Amino acid sequence: MKTFPLRIGTPDGLLFEGNVERVMCRAMTGDLAILAGHCNFCTALGMGEAHVILEDGSRKEAACIGGMLSVMNGTCRVLATTWEWKEDIDRERAEAAKKNAESLLSKGGLTDREYKIAEAKLQRALVRLGVKQ
Amino acid sequence: MAANNMKAVKLRIKSVQSTMQITKAMELVASSKLRKAKERADVCRPYFRELHQTLQDIANGNMDFSSVYARESENKKSCYVVIAGDRGLAGGYNANLFKCLEADAEGKDYVVLPVGKKSVEYFRRKGVECITEAFGEIAEISVADCFEMANLLCREFRAGKYGHIELCYTNFVSMLSQVPSVMSILPLADLTAQEKTGKIENLILYEPNAVDVFDAIVPEYLAGLIYGGVCDSVASELAARRTAMEAATGNAEEMIDKLNLYYNRARQASITQEITEIVGGAEGI
Repeated sequence: MKTFPLRIGTPDGLLFEGNVERVMCRAMTGDLAILAGHCNFCTALGMGEAHVILEDGSRKEAACIGGMLSVMNGTCRVLATTWEWKEDIDRERAEAAKKNAESLLSKGGLTDREYKIAEAKLQRALVRLGVKQ
Repeated sequence: MAANNMKAVKLRIKSVQSTMQITKAMELVASSKLRKAKERADVCRPYFRELHQTLQDIANGNMDFSSVYARESENKKSCYVVIAGDRGLAGGYNANLFKCLEADAEGKDYVVLPVGKKSVEYFRRKGVECITEAFGEIAEISVADCFEMANLLCREFRAGKYGHIELCYTNFVSMLSQVPSVMSILPLADLTAQEKTGKIENLILYEPNAVDVFDAIVPEYLAGLIYGGVCDSVASELAARRTAMEAATGNAEEMIDKLNLYYNRARQASITQEITEIVGGAEGI
């Protein structure tokens, strides 16, 4: 299959650089996959599972949270707020974060801001756990 | 008289020595902190570059000006995000940054979002309007703070308080060289290359539409750039301080050497004088 160059960057560094067959992630309107030869394209990313099919056909999964995806003249760039490969996800930490957020939300009495933060934390933990399983 | 002079020199040597101790300690602290800051800046830099490059590419190819973030702004007022240090004694670090800003902002109407104590103090003294002083301490800025800043900037940008956003920070080139620079970040029309190529390039497809996409990615883009700027500036500040303190320690050493020489000369002179006095006295007997 044809491949195209992909770069994945987050504030924690450039996580991936190389040719891939396909990249799939969740955008704001739903899951989408980019293949070689895509037209110039730009969208914002949502929270969800993502995967990359490498040149040799192997598949790498990851949790992807927020950011943007762009295709410019054949080069695809994924600039995410968080991008964690499946093997790098710390399950215990994610579970602890999930429990913590759930107890905060169920306790109630939060300000709008706190509520939003707790909700976002829960969502992130759920995405991570979903990928890990 | 000689004894008096000697005492003064001795005191001076002592005071220079204690100053040297302080500069030496500051140098050591700065270099140990610098290692960590440099690592952070190195990790963040590729993201910063990619982000800027991507948005520049988008700006160059963009033909859809339905979003406020994309089209050229009527409002001439600018907002500068000025990232300076918390403390002085870093050579020309803060002064150079402000000089660079002044050169860029000359004749323009602007407001600022200061980051770092020195930055807050500077604009307070100058009487320039600050959007917020909540980010006074650069040492405590995290990614979350950058997002908060970005959201605030976007909100006010949409409200039409200013029409341009610029980032003023110090670029960490190497341990020995830090260059202050001003970078346009919004609107995207500011990012395009000076001479726009006449032919229409491949159009960019936005999904679901340009307005929604820009609304979602611009705050992230701002936050990413600000965070990158903060990382670079912190590393630059420490590197500048280390260099300045190294020079100060060197100067102090030189001064002590000179004073020691002077002290020894004065001591010898006083001994010679004593001997002459004794010889003169013996002859008289």
